[in-house]
Amino acid sequence: MHPTPPKEPLRAYGDRDGDGMVQLSFVLTLPPSPRAREAAKRFAEMHGLADPIVATMETCAEGFSFFVVYGRSRHAVDVAAIDVAELRTQTLSREDIEHRIQARLGRKIVVVGACTGSDAHTVGIDAILNYKGYAGDKGLESYKGFDAHNLGAQVENEQLAARARALGADAILVSQVITQRNCHKENGRALVDLLEREGWRREVVLLLGGPRVDHQLALDLGFDAGFGPGTAPSEVASYLAERLCGDRAGASLSTET
Amino acid sequence: MPTVPMDVVKVARCRALAAEIADDVQRYIDAHTTVGVERTILRAYGAEGADDQGVPLVNTAVERYREAGLLGRGIAFFLGRQLLAGARTAVDAAERLAFAPSIDRGEGAPGPDEARDALDRHTETALARIDQARDEREALRRRIPPGPIPLKYVIVATGNIYDDAVQAKAAAGAGADIVAVIRATAQSLLDYVPHGATTEGYGGTFATQENFRIIRRALDEVSEGQGRYVLQTNYSSGLCMAEIAWMAAVERLDMLLNDAMYGILFRDINMCRTFVDQYVSRRFIARAGIVINTGEDNYLTTADAVEKAHTVLASQFINEAFALRAGLGTEQMGLGHAYEIDPWLEDSFLLEIAQAQLVRQIFDRHPIKWMPPTKHKTGDIFFAHVHDAMFDLVGITTQQSIELLGMFSEAVHNPLLMDRYLALKATRYVFGACRHLGDEIEFKKDGIVARRAIRVLDEALALLEEVKRESIWMAIGRGAFADVKRTRTGGKGYGGVVERSVDYVNPLRARLEGR
Repeated sequence: MHPTPPKEPLRAYGDRDGDGMVQLSFVLTLPPSPRAREAAKRFAEMHGLADPIVATMETCAEGFSFFVVYGRSRHAVDVAAIDVAELRTQTLSREDIEHRIQARLGRKIVVVGACTGSDAHTVGIDAILNYKGYAGDKGLESYKGFDAHNLGAQVENEQLAARARALGADAILVSQVITQRNCHKENGRALVDLLEREGWRREVVLLLGGPRVDHQLALDLGFDAGFGPGTAPSEVASYLAERLCGDRAGASLSTET
Repeated sequence: MPTVPMDVVKVARCRALAAEIADDVQRYIDAHTTVGVERTILRAYGAEGADDQGVPLVNTAVERYREAGLLGRGIAFFLGRQLLAGARTAVDAAERLAFAPSIDRGEGAPGPDEARDALDRHTETALARIDQARDEREALRRRIPPGPIPLKYVIVATGNIYDDAVQAKAAAGAGADIVAVIRATAQSLLDYVPHGATTEGYGGTFATQENFRIIRRALDEVSEGQGRYVLQTNYSSGLCMAEIAWMAAVERLDMLLNDAMYGILFRDINMCRTFVDQYVSRRFIARAGIVINTGEDNYLTTADAVEKAHTVLASQFINEAFALRAGLGTEQMGLGHAYEIDPWLEDSFLLEIAQAQLVRQIFDRHPIKWMPPTKHKTGDIFFAHVHDAMFDLVGITTQQSIELLGMFSEAVHNPLLMDRYLALKATRYVFGACRHLGDEIEFKKDGIVARRAIRVLDEALALLEEVKRESIWMAIGRGAFADVKRTRTGGKGYGGVVERSVDYVNPLRARLEGR
């Protein structure tokens, strides 16, 4: 339990404030039996669930049981004590973005993107860069103010850096979907190291995206910004427009506490 | 089954265009070979193993002759000469190619005909090995038949082949009819096939001959236990598509992902390389009686599933044409497509059912492969489970042959044991509850479904006309498929393409071609 109880404890919401209701589903390596049911119950209790109800217990493979358990979580979170780095970019309208780039930069922003290393999943990078975009939000290719180059999947860091340099990239966008054994972190860090060795890290804005990426992780790895799941292309476009043609370049990178 | 309007004249025209498109490429294929093809030939003659750095014997041998500029004569020519020069076995001959102090420059006698004759017995042995695996499969399937269609296909992907075997058995026990061990992410770009059992892999498990054996054993066991034959599949794609096809043939796999254009579009593998490799891989596949699964479903993950539905159909015609040229029977052509339309689009379900039914009707004897939603999956697993159930409903209603089950955790992680279990349970429900729904309904003559089917076929026909006019090489260059653009000499593996000399020797390939 908490050493000092939080002032405004935040609990899971079932159908009443503070009831702490959660659902948990998992597999135990036991065939179904009264003993297995009790094991599931205790397992849930150890996760902080009070009065767990084992809603289902069924064989999902020989010697394995699948459980769904409901219970009231005893845990609460002190929201006031949370310190998270968040990107403070406002999403600008398409007109604003185009206007800002045109008026303040007077040329296109060159963006080069790729899925690096062994990663073959281009869904993220395609959604951000390709014309089509995602869920009605068109990609960077669709803006007059961006010159977007999508290098696709399984691009080595060296290759990406060379292309980015040749194209005179203002920004490099790296997408990492595969996260097995933290290879996304290693890949990302290796690119930052490479650019630093080559001496042009400061000349380019480095963006990291992917389902297991957040802004803090990106900062930790030496990137300028991180974009997690659900990011719309217009958010990336807004960020780049602000960052590269803002009143105070880099202002939006401050960490909000 | 309910039908959608299908103009047979247009369908015939599509097939004729696809035939011309494939013939154009076939002329190129027949004049070239690749390092992958030549390695496959050595493997088929029995060469196996790797050195202490993990470099396979077949790579060392073939690379040596490619570097010397001699590969255009066919590795079999040099293999035959080694046999005539006193090599005891084909393996011994292959080792000499790789490690003999000096390279054989192929000068003087014996000539191509004598080399071919020296290989005769070995060629027969190589064919017999493939035929024996096929006979074993067919006998087993007669004794223990597989489940009813749609066959329920799931993937396992732990990275460790021994864990994969446990998961594969669990999945089969929970009702899966087909199990795929998904490959390690980067394998398609490796220009060699790793050797032996593997326990480390990112995003999946390496396809190796030993790994194939381990899974086959596990699935044979569970097939016997369940009294239902469980099929094994893997991936004959990437730079080693032909080698993997041969391994699958002799290790008795039932299916292979194998596509004439997938590697070009989605792995940026050179198109010359891919066209030659796909052809030879399919020659082995045809002989082995393996069912291929093509990869058109992937188009809709990069291009829009409503606007670009016709590209899937056009590509299916092209894949069919290429497969026919490699000797595959229609019952071996698992043409692929997918349920990838934005689920929030009004009447998206009707558009999906139109496409699925159209494909089913056009390719009526083909074991069509039906792929689940992936692109519009989010971390909301509860919604995703509903989304997958709708996909199942189309699958059973339109009688797709092979259905890869959707996973509600698609956007989160590789499937866990419980994810597969719940997917199988939900699918069992939908398939059972709607087993004969297709027999009970019909579509309105001029309804949304009928009109959509007509439109998709019309657009596919128009696209094929265009591709025929400009050639497939150019069409791929301008992004006609999957919105991806590739050039003829770009991409990976182009250095491994070699023009055949006039006296090219490859008796095994000739036999596979029925010559």
